[in-house]
Amino acid sequence: MSTVTLKVNGHIHTVQVDPETPLLYVLGDELALRGPKFGCGLGQCGACTVLMNGDAVRSCITPVSAVNTAEIVTLEGIGTAAKPHAIQQAFIDEEAAQCGFCLSGVILSAKALLDRNPNATERDVRNALSGVLCRCFAHTRMFAAIRRYAKLRHA
Amino acid sequence: MSVGISRRDFLKGAGALMVSFGGVATLETIALGQGPFATHMSHIDPSKLDSWIAVGEDGLVTAYTGKCDFGQGMYTAQTQLVAEELCVALERVRLMQCDTSVTPDQGTTSGSQSTPTNFNDGGLAQSAATAREALLEIASRRFNVPTDQLNVVNGLITAKDGTRVTYGELIRGKHFKLTVNPTAKRIAVREWTVLGKPIPSLDIQELVTGQFEFVHNVRLPGMLHGRVVRPPAVGATLVSIDERSVEDMPGLVKVVVRRNFVGVVAEKQVQAEQAASKLRVNWSKGGGNLPAQRLFYEYMREQPSRDVLAVDSGDVNEKLGAAVWQLRATYQHPYQAHGSIGASCAVADVQDHKATIWSPTQSVYPTRSGVAQLLGLPADNVRVIFVRGSGCYGLNGADTVSYDAALLSQGVRKPVRVQLTRQDEMAWGENYGAACVIDQRAGLDEKGSIMAWDCETWSVSLGGRPGYEHPGNVITGSLVGFEPQTISPQAASQPTGELRNGSNIVPSYVVGCIGGKCGGAGKVRSERVLAHTVKSPFFTGPLRSPLRLQNTFAHECFMDELSAHVKADPVAYRLQHLNETRLMDVVKAAAKGASWEERPSPKSARLRRGVTSGRGIACVAYEGDNGYVALVAEVEVDQASGRVQPKRFVVAQDCGPISNPAGMRNQIEGGVLQGMSRALGEEITWDQNKITSTSWRSYHSLPLGMELPTIESVLINRSETRALGAGETAITVVAAAIANAIFDATGARVRQLPLVPARVKAALEARS
Repeated sequence: MSTVTLKVNGHIHTVQVDPETPLLYVLGDELALRGPKFGCGLGQCGACTVLMNGDAVRSCITPVSAVNTAEIVTLEGIGTAAKPHAIQQAFIDEEAAQCGFCLSGVILSAKALLDRNPNATERDVRNALSGVLCRCFAHTRMFAAIRRYAKLRHA
Repeated sequence: MSVGISRRDFLKGAGALMVSFGGVATLETIALGQGPFATHMSHIDPSKLDSWIAVGEDGLVTAYTGKCDFGQGMYTAQTQLVAEELCVALERVRLMQCDTSVTPDQGTTSGSQSTPTNFNDGGLAQSAATAREALLEIASRRFNVPTDQLNVVNGLITAKDGTRVTYGELIRGKHFKLTVNPTAKRIAVREWTVLGKPIPSLDIQELVTGQFEFVHNVRLPGMLHGRVVRPPAVGATLVSIDERSVEDMPGLVKVVVRRNFVGVVAEKQVQAEQAASKLRVNWSKGGGNLPAQRLFYEYMREQPSRDVLAVDSGDVNEKLGAAVWQLRATYQHPYQAHGSIGASCAVADVQDHKATIWSPTQSVYPTRSGVAQLLGLPADNVRVIFVRGSGCYGLNGADTVSYDAALLSQGVRKPVRVQLTRQDEMAWGENYGAACVIDQRAGLDEKGSIMAWDCETWSVSLGGRPGYEHPGNVITGSLVGFEPQTISPQAASQPTGELRNGSNIVPSYVVGCIGGKCGGAGKVRSERVLAHTVKSPFFTGPLRSPLRLQNTFAHECFMDELSAHVKADPVAYRLQHLNETRLMDVVKAAAKGASWEERPSPKSARLRRGVTSGRGIACVAYEGDNGYVALVAEVEVDQASGRVQPKRFVVAQDCGPISNPAGMRNQIEGGVLQGMSRALGEEITWDQNKITSTSWRSYHSLPLGMELPTIESVLINRSETRALGAGETAITVVAAAIANAIFDATGARVRQLPLVPARVKAALEARS
């Protein structure tokens, strides 16, 4: 066990954990966050995605010791039900979810790309989502939502 | 919440109730009167109105349903239903889903049965209609005017003279004992103001902002973490465990063993993972004798089988012999996975005499029964609370992980959360969709019309839904020693009764006659359908459109082969042999929506190399009469690689009156793309010992980054018919439509799924 300090969704947290603990478990078990989910534990599906200094990373294969001073933002960190972020609003407007378990991967992977590169092409978006799964296959609406957000970023 | 809660306590917070709870016993009182392994008689009497609906003094409506939401939209649609029938605003309805302490037993949420069950003449719909009529009658007595002179809007009843009363005011201080009235009048579809509207999913804000509570997010005070350790090979059994191998592991609380079930409990998840991987377990060899995958379809034919003759006109061989042309073909469908994106998870709190399970199961009451048997508790001392997991599409690992959690919690007498790994889920968690091999034969007359159709199928079975009595039907139940149900070989007897085409084993184009009563959707009079079920080496269970998809793939591809043989247009040829108007209407609507060009397949001007395109159609009367769908697929085939790229899908669907067109479109779109992923790449694989498709590297699901085809949905709204299911209709026809489009584009027929490039390429090379 060691003491780890993390900045998550704008707040500083200090936790006592095994430094090898995947970041996902710290977020879920120690900080009671619900956004990032355990999908595969292998970095293959995206359900555990968080933003680390603005990059989309897979928290299930990221040991908490690797975070250091990086700023972590989860799906609940970008907006709330009362005040959703623009990309979340786009998903609401397109009704782009079924079970919703995959949304951290879909929304945060797209957001990381489009915030970095507002001129990203459709192909860029597809590349950014090439390792993200949705088993309900709400793909069509999700892509429409991402396009909607891309337009906002581009404008 | 603890298991000791009674329904009365639970509801106190909702304010005064519409009806008394005189008829509803608490969990404790019922538990006293029943022995272990209680039957599935729910303590919540479905004939009592208060089992379904409570109206509070504040006018808020609480409704109780045994059909739960996994992302398919049942929460929203059922909330609309209650609001509509009770004439209250959507926001005034709170729906409680699937909790054995508070909701009636409606079995399993599956098979596109939630809408037929709760939106027609029973269940939630009839209860809400009963409540509305009862409230109007009370108002009628109070105002001394007939009910037909009362108007009700948003829970406010108004008489012609302007006198008004709210539901809450009517109920205040009084209790009413009412039973569900089977003749209570439903709101007519043409008067709907809430149902039938494209209400967005009520949980979407919480979902997209990460605030929705999934079962994976359930955290209890003092909760520990569990992981399971499954056998290394199919059939391997536990010989011994070396607990010293983990004695120094930090945070380890206990190694729990029950027969072949092994798991560890630790304080933290990472500790449980580490202990599970360090634990030295000595297993018997097992395995080693799995049938070779590449010969599996032949293997199936050779096994002892349980046979069912679905229809038999008795003259098929004679008619086939007399036919001008006789065609035959064999179709093969692999085992496939539910492959839920979240590996399954459950939380259990097992104490000395009672247990509570937070479970993503589709079947809270059957799971209660299974857990009770595993733990040796009376069923009424077990409470199962549904909390949504990731989309399941059938019998994924939800039931098995609920058993895992119960066993581990019983081992430590503390709350335990169990998270399966991806490998657990895919190799030792779920019950796979069945492999099938299907032989088709047909005879055509001199005009090219079908005069006889003979179909013989082989599918596999082991375990399945546990129901109330068979916990061994899922993996954990069998690991602790309960036997899975399997087939006992039996010859077929002549069909009796009426045609039940629940698995779509009977093609749409035959008359489906049994004893003179014809329940088929088609015109072909000479018919025989013989189904063999053989024992599966792996656990099987319902996967979205179970057997219906497999059978429809074979029927709809074969129909396409027949129409190609006589150089008929595939749409016209289907219509020529159909008799069911609703099925014909969706075929016509899909063809119209796709601007279908009337001509035979394959298309005449097609290139033998490079990328070529084509179109294909498939249709089905889902479960015979529970939804009608037709799909036109347009695909491109890269003939150099064999890669298939669907470009456009046009779906026409008729599921009776549409409760929520937005939800229905979402189900169609998801079903079509899931069907495309399964058709193009999904297949369970194994070696001689074990399942080898245990991650997303070895089981191939199309990612978000795939090239997306467009999907156009044509919804046919039939307001005067019964409400039918919409969850499994569209997916049923996808594989067939794609395979038919590949044929149209290239002239190559691929009869085995999935349609991976190598297989398509081989078919292209085999073209004459």
